[in-house]
Amino acid sequence: MKIILSPVDQQQGGSPLPLYRPGPAATPGASPDQPFVKGGRTAAPGAMPQVEARLGLSDRFGSWLARCNIGRFSHVVDAGLYALGEAGADSPVLVTANYKMSFDRLRSALAGRACWLLVLDTKGINVWCAAGKGTFSTLELYDRLTHSRLAEVVAHRQLIVPQLGAPGIDGLALKKHSGFEVIWGPVRARDLPAFLDNNCVATPAMRCKDFPLAERLALVPVEVSQAAGKALLLIGIFMLLSGLGGEGAFWPAVREMGVFAAWAVAAGVIGGTVLTAALLPWLPGRAFSLKGMWAGIFSFLSLVAGHGLVAPQHMISGLEAGAWLLMSTAISSWLGMNFTGSSTYTSRSGVRFEMRRAIPLQAGAFAAGLLCWLAARFWL
Amino acid sequence: MAPERPFRYIDGVVSLELDQERCIGCGICLQVCPHAVFELADDKARIVHRDHCMECSACARNCPVQALRVEAGEGCVRAIINEMLGRDCDCC
Repeated sequence: MKIILSPVDQQQGGSPLPLYRPGPAATPGASPDQPFVKGGRTAAPGAMPQVEARLGLSDRFGSWLARCNIGRFSHVVDAGLYALGEAGADSPVLVTANYKMSFDRLRSALAGRACWLLVLDTKGINVWCAAGKGTFSTLELYDRLTHSRLAEVVAHRQLIVPQLGAPGIDGLALKKHSGFEVIWGPVRARDLPAFLDNNCVATPAMRCKDFPLAERLALVPVEVSQAAGKALLLIGIFMLLSGLGGEGAFWPAVREMGVFAAWAVAAGVIGGTVLTAALLPWLPGRAFSLKGMWAGIFSFLSLVAGHGLVAPQHMISGLEAGAWLLMSTAISSWLGMNFTGSSTYTSRSGVRFEMRRAIPLQAGAFAAGLLCWLAARFWL
Repeated sequence: MAPERPFRYIDGVVSLELDQERCIGCGICLQVCPHAVFELADDKARIVHRDHCMECSACARNCPVQALRVEAGEGCVRAIINEMLGRDCDCC
C-alpha cells in the first residue's frame, strides 16, 4: 500500500517514499541489550515484549550518562510494540521515539496503568528533534503499526501521539491510510495520567512547552562537553604561544600569560553554557548571542576580580585584560548562540537573523582580541 | 486562555502565514502548537502571538486545507551551519 503524501510532506521530503528497512525489532523476554523487558504479553498476533513503569538502577544510570553526553547516541531501545503492565485489547496506545530517555519518561509516567507503547525508530533521537528531522514521521508510524500488527492487538483505532511529534506526523493522512486516528497527547509525559483521566482532552497548559530552570540546567553538561574539545585546543595554542614569547625559558614563559589564558577561555565557556542556560530569562536581549555576550562579560569580570586567587604570580596588563575581555566575550556569545539548538522556543528565521549579524561581530572581536594579546606577548 | 508565555525570541522575523479564506476552523493548529500562537474566533483560526512561533511546522503539516504556510526547520545554529556545508546534522 502506498501512502499519498500531503503537500507539506512533498515540500519537505526529498524522495517521496523512503525505503523501509526494519531495524532490530522488539522481542519478548529479556535480552542483554534490552534488560528492561521483563516478559511477554499475549496478544492476537503473538507475544509482545512487556515492560514495567518502575525504572531500575541501570535505567537511571543510563539516563545520567546520556545527560553527561556519554553514549548518548547508543542510548536506544528497539523499535516496535511493547506492553506496559497488563495491556489488553482496549488499552490505549501511546507512540514514542526509540531514544531510551523518551521511552523511560513515558513508561514511568504511566505507573499503575495498562497501555501499549509503540516505539518508532528515530535513530535514538527524542520525539521533538526527530519530528523536526523527519524520522518521527507519518511513514515510520504507518510502517511500524503495520509491522507490529497493531490492528490485531487492539480493538479500538486510536493512537495517542505526543504533541511535540506533530511537526513530523500528518494525523489526517495516517487516519486515511491506516484507519488509526491520531489523538494529540500532552507536551509532557508527566501530564499523561491527568490527560487520560480527562477523556484524552488536554488543558491549555498541557499544550504549551515551557523551559524551566531545571530543564535548562539538565542540558548544561552536554553543552559543556560539546564545547570542551575546541576550548582545550584553544588553551593549548595560547599556552604554546605564551611559552614562545617572553624573555625566559619556555615553561616559566608559559606560566606568565598561559595560565591566565586557560582561565579566560574557561570563563568564556562557562559564560556561554552554564550562565547563559541558568540566567536565560534575565539576561538582556532576545538574541541568544546577546545573552551570551552579557554572560561572557559578567563571567570574565568575575575572573578579573578573582584573578589573584587563580594566577597570583601574574600581573595582568591592561592590554592583556582588554584582549581577553574581547575573546572571552566572543567565545561566550558564540556558545550562547549555539544554545538556540537546545532551547524550546527559537525559530529558524530568528536564528538565521541573529547568525548573520552576530557571527561577523564575534569573529571581529576575537580577531581584535587576538591581535592585542599577540602584541602584549611579543612586541610590548 | 492559554497561559502567559515566559519566553519570546526575536520579533518580526517569523515566516508563518495563515490564509483565513481557506481556514475551516477545525482547530487542529490550536492543538498542535506548543506556543499558543493561534486562537479560534468566529469559526476561524487567527494568529494572536506571531512572535512566539518557533516555525516547527506542526500546524502546517496537520492543517487539512493547507491554510498554513511556514518555512520549517530547526532553530539551531549547528543545523544551519551543517546545512550550509552540506553535512548531516548529528547534534541532537
